[in-house]
Amino acid sequence: MLKGYLRPDGRKGIRNVIAVAYLVECAHHVARQIVTKSDDSEVHLIGFPGCYPNDYAFKVMSAVTTHPNVGGVLLISLGCESFNRERLKAAIEASGRPCETLVIQQSGGTLSTIQKGLDAVARLQAVAAQTPVVEMAVSELVIGTICGGSDGTSGITANPAVGRAFDWFGAQGAACVFEETGELVGCETIMASRAVTPELGAELEACVQKAEAYYTVMGFGSFAPGNAEGGLTTQEEKSMGAYSKSGSAPICGILKPGDLPPTGGLYLLDVVPDGEPRFGFPNISDNAEIVELIACGAHVTLFTTGRGSVVGSAISPVIKVCANPDTYRKLSEDMDIDAGKIMEGRATLDEVGQEIIDSVLAVAAGAPTKSEALGHQEFILTYKAFDPLGPACLPLRRA
Amino acid sequence: MSLPSPLILLHASDNVAVCRAAIAAGSVVTVGAEALSITEAIEVGHKVAVRDLKAGDKIFKYGAPIGSMTQDTPKGGHVHMHNMKSDYISSHTREASGGAHA
Repeated sequence: MLKGYLRPDGRKGIRNVIAVAYLVECAHHVARQIVTKSDDSEVHLIGFPGCYPNDYAFKVMSAVTTHPNVGGVLLISLGCESFNRERLKAAIEASGRPCETLVIQQSGGTLSTIQKGLDAVARLQAVAAQTPVVEMAVSELVIGTICGGSDGTSGITANPAVGRAFDWFGAQGAACVFEETGELVGCETIMASRAVTPELGAELEACVQKAEAYYTVMGFGSFAPGNAEGGLTTQEEKSMGAYSKSGSAPICGILKPGDLPPTGGLYLLDVVPDGEPRFGFPNISDNAEIVELIACGAHVTLFTTGRGSVVGSAISPVIKVCANPDTYRKLSEDMDIDAGKIMEGRATLDEVGQEIIDSVLAVAAGAPTKSEALGHQEFILTYKAFDPLGPACLPLRRA
Repeated sequence: MSLPSPLILLHASDNVAVCRAAIAAGSVVTVGAEALSITEAIEVGHKVAVRDLKAGDKIFKYGAPIGSMTQDTPKGGHVHMHNMKSDYISSHTREASGGAHA
């Protein structure tokens, strides 16, 4: 049995973070100074840079600031941006979390707002420190997975090992979320055959077709030069490797960023915007996807990498599973798990799968990941547009 | 007992194998019953033809199609961007994109 921070809305977190959120780039510096001067690894900087309104950005900010790992929120507004700070504060307070807002234009400027912000963080921390710690079952976890910097080893070692862990967590009743439909191009038919209903299968195929069309307009697949240097040649080859993160369980639903999984089991997060491409690439870098997984409630994210990534995230810890043994030797200070040893015959997929399970349970119990200990708290949120989920996307409901 | 092969055939129907430990040019390595003469150095994660491939042949890895050959390549040859392409959406490298889109 794990221990969780019990929030007033009934959800349980594995961290007790104070989120300091800037609501436009103009407030970023002030928010960052508050976080830096707080000098506390549990005070995290998040934000949205745009001045124009966007429903998706609001939904994700709302989901992230009411995430179970969050114990209190400080909003930093310049004052004239479009972001609806009153509505966000109301949503956070409705979840039972304490929230304060500082408007720079009404707070005396940079230095005064930073000082007021530090005082506000101290008040929020005092409230968050009173959060009851209760027993939490493995079935209450939400686990995300993403791959970044994939190479020819990813699909043989780290990704299928994560798939093994996903199969185990799903069987325990936890919710497991995989994503990046652009990295499932070529796998749509196999994936659709795992859907719990034929209608969901059709939606899964449609998701991937949408991604292919979207990326074609962008002129690039979800394929970076480093993928090719690492031996991957085509989008569909990368996809087959990425797909193996999903394991072998039935797929019980599709989520869009900010939707919470209604039951345990395996979900696909559709990250590609709906409608005509408007705001550029679906996810401009790995952290944009991690933020979306966290917006879907992920307590922890399993990040597989072949070429090597060093990122973590604000709000929820990131466990890095290194696929390539050479990369592990070069970047071991950043890697939590060495899956590349499978390549060298030093472990089996099942053994590394078990290591991943043990690591998730330890991190859920409070052990810091490598990126957490190193202070990584990346966060990026950009413009997107989504239609609501179709009726076939979530056939299962919590009993 | 011999050392395990530096190449892995991920599925019986595959026509490429994946390199799991770097292979020097001029090596002869075995995959199952096949002996392959490796003509150029192969790095970890890269693919090698396990039989003679013709332009237009579908390439199978994990038992699934991952693209098509654009050139003939003999058994033991490196299979990558220079002789193979996606059947879905083109891949890019820094060179191919002129360096502007790294």
